[in-house]
Amino acid sequence: MMTNTGNRITQGQFSFLPELTDAQITAQVRYALQNDWAVSVEYTDDPHPRNTYWEMYGNPMFDLKDPAGILMEINHCRKTFPSHYIRVMAFNSTRGVESPAMSFIVNRPKPEPGFGLVRQEVDGRAIRYTVHSYATDKPESERY
Amino acid sequence: MDAAEAEPDDGKVDLARLFRDSHVQEVLERLDHELVGLKPVKTRISEIAALLLIERGRKQLGLNAGAPSLHMSFTGNPGTGKTTVAVRMAEILHNLGYVRHGHLVAVTRDDLVGQYIGHTAPKTKEVLKKAMGGVLFIDEAYYLYRPENERDYGQEAIEILLQVMENQRDDLVVILAGYKDRMDTFFRSNPGMRSRIAHHIDFPDYSAQELLTIAQLMLERMQYALSPCAREALQDYIERRMAQPDFANARSIRNALDRARLRQANRLFADGGAMDRSKLTTLEADDIRKSRVFTMAPADETRTATTRE
Repeated sequence: MMTNTGNRITQGQFSFLPELTDAQITAQVRYALQNDWAVSVEYTDDPHPRNTYWEMYGNPMFDLKDPAGILMEINHCRKTFPSHYIRVMAFNSTRGVESPAMSFIVNRPKPEPGFGLVRQEVDGRAIRYTVHSYATDKPESERY
Repeated sequence: MDAAEAEPDDGKVDLARLFRDSHVQEVLERLDHELVGLKPVKTRISEIAALLLIERGRKQLGLNAGAPSLHMSFTGNPGTGKTTVAVRMAEILHNLGYVRHGHLVAVTRDDLVGQYIGHTAPKTKEVLKKAMGGVLFIDEAYYLYRPENERDYGQEAIEILLQVMENQRDDLVVILAGYKDRMDTFFRSNPGMRSRIAHHIDFPDYSAQELLTIAQLMLERMQYALSPCAREALQDYIERRMAQPDFANARSIRNALDRARLRQANRLFADGGAMDRSKLTTLEADDIRKSRVFTMAPADETRTATTRE
């Protein structure tokens, strides 16, 4: 992608910006808590855009008042999975909404191999295109 | 940060204004008004308030001594107001800007300690996360440590608590509460816990006079009143109840008042007829005198009671 020179994965909010600092993450989480959204931490080593469900790091945190607790959890997750993708999500549980309201990446592996375009020749001269993550060529746990 | 940079032009701090802005005066006054007695507790609270206020002033001049450790332990007999003071403490600390939200999370052993291996840490952490930015109140904290069972998971909870108490001092304040003697044993077997708690506050028992004042405050809040002879009866009741076992200070008084309300309701119901405001709000001497305490008094008490009648 020409606009994404660093070959960084761009998913969720702020993904075209430099890494958020802890103070900036705290500010974002504070905003989520002010809106009574439940914040959760998730991680994955397969950042394919269609991989919607990442592994949950602990349960979503309901009933929190202060972002310090969530930052603590984020840091635990970073320590456990230093070279995985980690994202913070805010879930709006209002009846009828019930969907994520925020989502941003707070940790990513150093080398991000990115994605390749795979062309599959099918019936006749038709071609199907699909996106393939180079990282997933290796088995889990060895990807980054 | 450079000290000179943070310093205001005149290099002075208006303590009086800081004091006014923090509204701590109102909270302290309310504390004084709503909580009867408890002299040592109030003294310590105003000391802490003064310290935090000065700390704030120092910060404005760029002087930094680091956040003081404010973890506390409340010891005292049942019903001496430990929980009530803890709620107030959260409010005071919030007004002084020490904690960010000023909510109180009250927990006991059940909320911290899990039932199987690997259950305790997430449970304790969840509680800690909820308490961040406020006050974590652990009631009957000595149950966390069970020396008779060396595989008890309580120790794990204590370790996590200690870690957070040390590393995230400005994120939350932990208050441990419990009966004096058992808390002493608890601290003896957990020296790390003792040394991390800066303030050990002992809640004294109430005197009979203080309990009567408390009773009146409670009734006022419930919109009841005592007739003059009921007041006398209550005084009598308190003296007798204090001599009996299982006396739980203010809690016993609240229970006694609840039972008196029950008897009053029963009496009014039996009387029937039209009720007016004063009838509905007044507790009579009979409502109190019918208590078990007056019939089941210890031997010497019974004698004085019969001579009085």
